[in-house]
Amino acid sequence: MNWEIVIGLEIHAQLSTQSKLFSGAPVLFGAEANTQTTLVDLGMPGALPVFNKEALRMAVMFGHAVNAEIGMTSVFARKNYFYPDLPKGYQTSQMDDPIVGIGHLDVTLDDGTTSRIGITRAHLEEDAGKSLHEDFHGMTGIDLNRSSTPLLEIVSEPDIRSAKEAVAYVKMIHSIVTYLGICDGNMAEGSMRCDVNISLRPKGQKEYGTRTEIKNVNSFRFIEKAIYTEVERQADILEDGGRITQETRLYDPEKDETRSMRSKEDANDYRYFPCPDLLPVVLTQEYVDQIKATLPELPTSKAARFMSEYKLSKYDAGVLSSTRPMADYFEVVNKAAGDTKLSANWVMGELSKLLNQNQADIKDSPVDAHNLGLLLARIKDNTINGKTAKDILLNMWNGEGSADEIIDKKGLKQVTDTGAIETMIKEIIDANPTQVDQFRASEADKQKKMMGFFMGKIMKASQGKANPGVVTPILMTLLKG
Amino acid sequence: MSLDKQDVQKIAHLARLALTEEDASQYQSSLSSVLELVEQMQSVDTEGVEPLSNPLEMTQRLRADEVTEINRRDAFLANAPSTEAGLFLVPKVID
Amino acid sequence: MLEQNISSLIKKLRKKEITSVELTQSYLTKIQELNPSLNSFITVCSESALAAAKQADAAIDAGTAGPLAGIPIAHKDLFCTQGTLTTCASKMLSNFIAPYESTVTARLEQAGAIMLGKTNMDEFAMGSSNENSHYGLVKNPWNLNQVPGGSSGGSAVAVAAGMAVATTGTDTGGSIRQPASFCGITGLKPTYGRVSRFGMIAYASSLDQAGPMARSAEDCAHLMNAIAGFDPQDSTSAEVDTEDYLADLNKPLDGLTIGLPKEYFGEGLDSGVADAIMQAVKEFESLGATIKDISLPNLKLSIPAYYVIAPSEASSNLSRFDGVRYGHRCEDPKDLLDMYTRSRAEGFSKEVQKRIMVGTYALSEGYYDAYYLKAQRIRRLIKQDFVKALNEVDVIMGPVAPTTAFSIGSKTDDPVAMYLEDIYTLSVNLAGIPAMSVPAGFSNGMPVGLQIMGNYFAESKLLNIAHQFQQNTDWHLQTPSMEKGA
Repeated sequence: MNWEIVIGLEIHAQLSTQSKLFSGAPVLFGAEANTQTTLVDLGMPGALPVFNKEALRMAVMFGHAVNAEIGMTSVFARKNYFYPDLPKGYQTSQMDDPIVGIGHLDVTLDDGTTSRIGITRAHLEEDAGKSLHEDFHGMTGIDLNRSSTPLLEIVSEPDIRSAKEAVAYVKMIHSIVTYLGICDGNMAEGSMRCDVNISLRPKGQKEYGTRTEIKNVNSFRFIEKAIYTEVERQADILEDGGRITQETRLYDPEKDETRSMRSKEDANDYRYFPCPDLLPVVLTQEYVDQIKATLPELPTSKAARFMSEYKLSKYDAGVLSSTRPMADYFEVVNKAAGDTKLSANWVMGELSKLLNQNQADIKDSPVDAHNLGLLLARIKDNTINGKTAKDILLNMWNGEGSADEIIDKKGLKQVTDTGAIETMIKEIIDANPTQVDQFRASEADKQKKMMGFFMGKIMKASQGKANPGVVTPILMTLLKG
Repeated sequence: MSLDKQDVQKIAHLARLALTEEDASQYQSSLSSVLELVEQMQSVDTEGVEPLSNPLEMTQRLRADEVTEINRRDAFLANAPSTEAGLFLVPKVID
Repeated sequence: MLEQNISSLIKKLRKKEITSVELTQSYLTKIQELNPSLNSFITVCSESALAAAKQADAAIDAGTAGPLAGIPIAHKDLFCTQGTLTTCASKMLSNFIAPYESTVTARLEQAGAIMLGKTNMDEFAMGSSNENSHYGLVKNPWNLNQVPGGSSGGSAVAVAAGMAVATTGTDTGGSIRQPASFCGITGLKPTYGRVSRFGMIAYASSLDQAGPMARSAEDCAHLMNAIAGFDPQDSTSAEVDTEDYLADLNKPLDGLTIGLPKEYFGEGLDSGVADAIMQAVKEFESLGATIKDISLPNLKLSIPAYYVIAPSEASSNLSRFDGVRYGHRCEDPKDLLDMYTRSRAEGFSKEVQKRIMVGTYALSEGYYDAYYLKAQRIRRLIKQDFVKALNEVDVIMGPVAPTTAFSIGSKTDDPVAMYLEDIYTLSVNLAGIPAMSVPAGFSNGMPVGLQIMGNYFAESKLLNIAHQFQQNTDWHLQTPSMEKGA
């Protein structure tokens, strides 16, 4: 049977506001239990919500970034159900009138194909608290720090047709929300959570099959694996003539399988109704336009510009535009260095290596972009060679100063003086008569290899400061005799 | 609009209210009475009339994104029936 | 009876004819004397009241006293008062010490008023007789066999029997006006959004409003000056300027147009009550007002609409009472579901549970359109009726309730008999307009209240009209002997 996979994704992005969606409590990750809560978040009697304007701005920004209609009048609705991590016994969310309406994203896969994924809507809602099931003598502990943290729930149309497409879509959403600065995208910490809805249908069939929902998959890799295993599970059932139960499941990464979630109430009736403690959020066209005007260059446009303006390869452009801090960093380096290829190579290469080794984010790089650029400028103008520059970078990383300061202090200026170099080469040649004779007796390709030996001696003699570009022709000439 | 016992039990479950058999019967009749009263609404035609929620039809004011609350955990936990290590305790939740 | 005229008391306190401590002590003694038979107070705060009174005296001496310094009042027990038991007259909150202060009580405290204690009420504000309290019913001081009305029964009785100078109440479907009417005192339900709901334990969020209950309109104006006004902590708080509610009390009523809705004078209205109301209306004519017949055609629908909207909002508002973070938790819950269902069934009275269930049903899948949405459409029709009427007349008058106070227990068997009593008051909350109850006479020895309804944010005008009536009549000064029904 030829199955078509139908996937829709719901992504919950925790908005990086200072305070909560409906209260002035803070939203830092990892604080001691229940120390970031106030009346609203605890569902105290008599507590009332007031709406965070920054969460609104972030939601509207997102709407613009996905080409969506903006809900000029949006309404907060109560989703009523009982759970200990839901202090009011309802979650304030948006039902019929969300802040963001229909939009779309164009997603490119590794093989270069692009597909348009529809976005049904995005709405604001408050997060719930956390349940800690570690043993408190058979009890569960409830921490409400996370309660009322703002979430943007982004719902895609069921337009996704493969695991790879799903991952590409999630990555794109991830880069958009991080680009916009509205979410830190840290999936391990739960800043971005993904629910995957999957169903299968025979290819060509119009009606959708029964879907299952895999909740809270928190990494790109797990999303892909979860989809594969669930598709297999569903296909097995359907091929045996069975029926899929509509249910919620969890992905178990250790067993690489999904399992049914118990006790998710049988068809919970959420009794949605507009929250009477909050009023309709009415936007002016002026406000909406003003937010649109602040939209930064988004990853796809930036990558395209890097390719056209800087003549970078598709791959390099993709890597350098993958996060906004990296893209901004690269452009500052490039401006100071005056060489796109050099800048790209060093940001993706040497700098990234150091960042990885030190588990640092580019935002926290001790070497700022401008200074790295100046270092690269010194390569470009032949003051130093590439190898020396690597050492200098390490010195800069360790706080020893700017490139020029280090070059000066350590006397690292490249030797380019042809006379000095000639003298040096002549000394080496005189000191190594056997190898010189061998060289002169060898074929051209073998000669190339033997150059390395002499080059090594020259570098050693010059403490690495001889400019290879200057050395090579002179060495060639003198060796050939 | 009359409710049967099953309806009452369903509603009570949604509202997390324990019901004895006797209660269920009592509520069945009193709820049915209320719902009968409420049926009167159907006597008027409200086609084209927009629902009114906030009587003054005000719109939502926005709050500046600032931390304005200090940690008052002890005060807030003081009324809790069961706590430990700063957490509220409830019978174990099985997922 | 102890003196209850706020303007006069303020003068006496400033002139040191009486100290705040003396005044507070005399009220505390009165409470001690009368509360056992009337059950108007759930909590009496003698120690803190006297301490606050001492501070008030010091402030008066220092010249730093607030406008209500030294005036002893009491608060309905659904206002969160920090450090004090706040029960909503429910077993669910019988151990709840509020960890924060409501805006209404904070503002009165800032003005210097002294809190004598927290008054009894129908549980979670659900009721019209104050018979639904975990702390026992409240008795009407005019006849101890009669109810005081509800849900602000305790607050009404505290003023009527002279146990407080004034009190705060809340009104969702008539809960200030009806007990004021049954007990012969003055009460005001402000425009929705005029007074902050922050810290006021919610019954029906789009209908609830806090207001003053006192001996006179002037006293109500004093309290309004303290509590009215925008509060950023309440999203439904109106950003409309307040005024000095004392300023216009003495404006003459010449040219005032009063509308009498025919629906308020139809079948079901007790003739004794009708007579008292018509007498009062005549009084207004003699003061220069003109009377006009008007119609509020959708009045009757206010009952079903209210009894869908209020329970629906309440069913959601009361979900937070789950035994997890505060309030009553059942003993030895065997699992989470047991904890929820038993804690709530034990903590809430039957009337509260009934309303929660009505609301749950009305919002449930398949019924939302037919009930909740339908009720909200009717709500708009009712509002439109008032807006139209208030374009034709300045204010609308009529009775507050179809009868005077009824006997204890007489309406508790019939589940909807009580609801029908609210016919004249519910529509006001649905429309959100302000309204007052003003003592206007007696019928069979029991007080009758006149309802005065006005346009949005017209509290000043209402208080002016009531004050002029009270300058020319003395119904509001009548006090019960507290012997009847004893």
